[in-house]
Amino acid sequence: MAINNQPNKTPMPEQDPQIRATNFDEVACGYTEEMAVNEAQRCLNCKHKPCVSGCPVNVQIPDFIAKIASGEFEGAYQVIRGTNALPAVCGRVCPQEKQCESKCVRGIKGEPVAIGRLERFAADMHMKTEISQSEGAPHNGHRVAVVGSGPAGLTCAGDLNKLGYDVTVFEAFHTAGGVLMYGIPEFRLPKDIVQKEIAALKDAGVDIQTNMVIGKILDVDELFEQGYEAVFIGSGAGLPSFMGIPGEGLLGVLSANEFLTRINLMKGYREDYDTPVPRAKRVAVVGGGNVAMDAARCAKRLGAEKVYVVYRRGEEEMPARLEEIHHAKEEGIEFLFLTAPAAVHGDENGFVTSLECVSMELTEPDESGRRRPCEIKGSNHLLEVDMVIAAIGNSPNPLIRTTTPGLEANRRGCLVVNEDTLQTTREGVYAGGDAVTGAATVILAMGAGKKAAASIHEYLMGK
Amino acid sequence: MYKIVSKRALNAFVSLMEIDAPLIAAKGKAGQFVILRVNETGERIPLTLADEDPERGTITIMYQKVGKTTDLLDTLNVGDSILDVVGPLGKATELDGYTRVAVVGGGVGCAIAYPEAKALHRLGTHVDMIAGFRNKDIIMLEEELEKVSSRLFVMTDDGSNGNKGFVTAKLQELLDVGEEYDLVIAIGPLPMMRAVANVTKPYGIKTIVSMNPIMVDGTGMCGGCRLTVGGETKFACVDGPEFDAHEVDWDEAMHRLGQYKEQEHTCRMTFMEGRNA
Repeated sequence: MAINNQPNKTPMPEQDPQIRATNFDEVACGYTEEMAVNEAQRCLNCKHKPCVSGCPVNVQIPDFIAKIASGEFEGAYQVIRGTNALPAVCGRVCPQEKQCESKCVRGIKGEPVAIGRLERFAADMHMKTEISQSEGAPHNGHRVAVVGSGPAGLTCAGDLNKLGYDVTVFEAFHTAGGVLMYGIPEFRLPKDIVQKEIAALKDAGVDIQTNMVIGKILDVDELFEQGYEAVFIGSGAGLPSFMGIPGEGLLGVLSANEFLTRINLMKGYREDYDTPVPRAKRVAVVGGGNVAMDAARCAKRLGAEKVYVVYRRGEEEMPARLEEIHHAKEEGIEFLFLTAPAAVHGDENGFVTSLECVSMELTEPDESGRRRPCEIKGSNHLLEVDMVIAAIGNSPNPLIRTTTPGLEANRRGCLVVNEDTLQTTREGVYAGGDAVTGAATVILAMGAGKKAAASIHEYLMGK
Repeated sequence: MYKIVSKRALNAFVSLMEIDAPLIAAKGKAGQFVILRVNETGERIPLTLADEDPERGTITIMYQKVGKTTDLLDTLNVGDSILDVVGPLGKATELDGYTRVAVVGGGVGCAIAYPEAKALHRLGTHVDMIAGFRNKDIIMLEEELEKVSSRLFVMTDDGSNGNKGFVTAKLQELLDVGEEYDLVIAIGPLPMMRAVANVTKPYGIKTIVSMNPIMVDGTGMCGGCRLTVGGETKFACVDGPEFDAHEVDWDEAMHRLGQYKEQEHTCRMTFMEGRNA
């Protein structure tokens, strides 16, 4: 087949920025069949597959793209699904520019192949056709408990189920999906897509129990007593970090977790749902990751006139996906780089009136390799806002660590695991995702879930 | 789904529900709470575990009709089900090792104080229970509290039951006549708990209060329930809900409850109009 020499990615149809800033519908509308085939034909089908090495779950990228190029869309989906439990999710939220696409040979002289968009296309086409599939291997009689139904837990459960294990997933919330449901907004990852992915896992035989806070209603030891032979902990990032500055107790200061959960999981932005969502005219979001972008763009959609992203480093150091930064700018979010919060000020009733900031300058690189921001003395200035959202990360959820004897954690509360097997300091107990790494990405959590599933299989087969 | 197995009104504003939830019943202890969601469009609200019966597999909650969600909950009857109930959440109260305890409940706070008094009573602890209400018409749980306390003092703000005075006045009176306590537990509206803390502070009596802040998940994730205790940020859902009354930053805690007041009011008014229409 002829290679398409078009230097740039086939553009993604998107909702107009002016319009989408007022609704929660998905921003990127998805490729048509023609666009997908056109983009797929840009793939050189390199023998050494550099892109695959950039994928934490090892998706066979050139293979699925070749199928799309030849119009075998369901075949493409099956290739992806072979190693990835959540294709429709990854196609939308992976930082492709740092992973698969960063290794693409086409990226040397132009733009890389739009691998993420093609993955999404294949998954969406599959969902449209609604072919139900039973893919589980015959049951092998072994039971595994998975704690948390976010990307790590679902991936681990999906892989173990395929290997024939009886898997039960325990979720603390009333709905499965973890951060895919409570954290990432509808306009970036529609919730019915997440639920369809979860339904596919359930159809394949994974049992999901909601309203089950492990560490409270049952602890890890009781799971073993109930006959589970291994436990995977994917309980995610728990306690939100605050800035540690004066005035954080004022009304209108909240964590991105709370703000996003009220909107995404509880659907507080909709008239027909009861959960209140704080609304403000002028909002400052502190942080530079995807969560900060999500919070800022949600605030805009809830009617804020002015939304600032306050980030202490420069634009280049921002950890958010490029596309999210780009979309946020298009929607009118204002970025204040090299700016750090110093104090929150309020009125006599305890409501936020302003965020006091200081300007920063970048100095020599720190241990993360990014240049260290340092405060410029006397640069304090006030940002007039009525809401401040802290999106500066989370420490892992403490509930399991504090109720399971023998589970070691580091000083940040992250579970200690063997890097090769993801086994914790307890035999038969594995962990992965944000519970181990602290706040990271969906795909890294999925990679960990996958690795843990393989280790659990090896452990139980060797018993 | 969690089935309602019994329901009764405790006064004109507060009702009790016994709910089928065997796993929670097996684990729940005094001081802990559950979060429930009545239906698909409902919000998640925290309610204290008032009682649990592991044999019957049921838990008891008591709720005051203060907003749309509790109004909606109250429309359900025996045989109906609540969509989601999650728990037990929070830390159980540590009640071992005390000899004389004063338990102070204000209004609906008596519903939360009741399981504490009961647990202490079972441990053989001397319990002086002070229960305060605005007037005699809304006195509730009198029989139950009587059974689990060594002495019960029911106070009314207006004196309509013959005992006029705030709970703090009664507590002060007991301390003045030389009653000694090694623990005071105060549960009720924030101003009341704060006032109790002020009464016990000069005596150096350990005092714990049950905080009931705004929360979403109840597992440490949202940070909505944060408060300052002893100069440190704490999360009521995982570090509490009970804290040392002498360490709580009361001004901040009282402000923070007002976060959604306006929206809650609008929401409830719309709901009531809908029902009355």
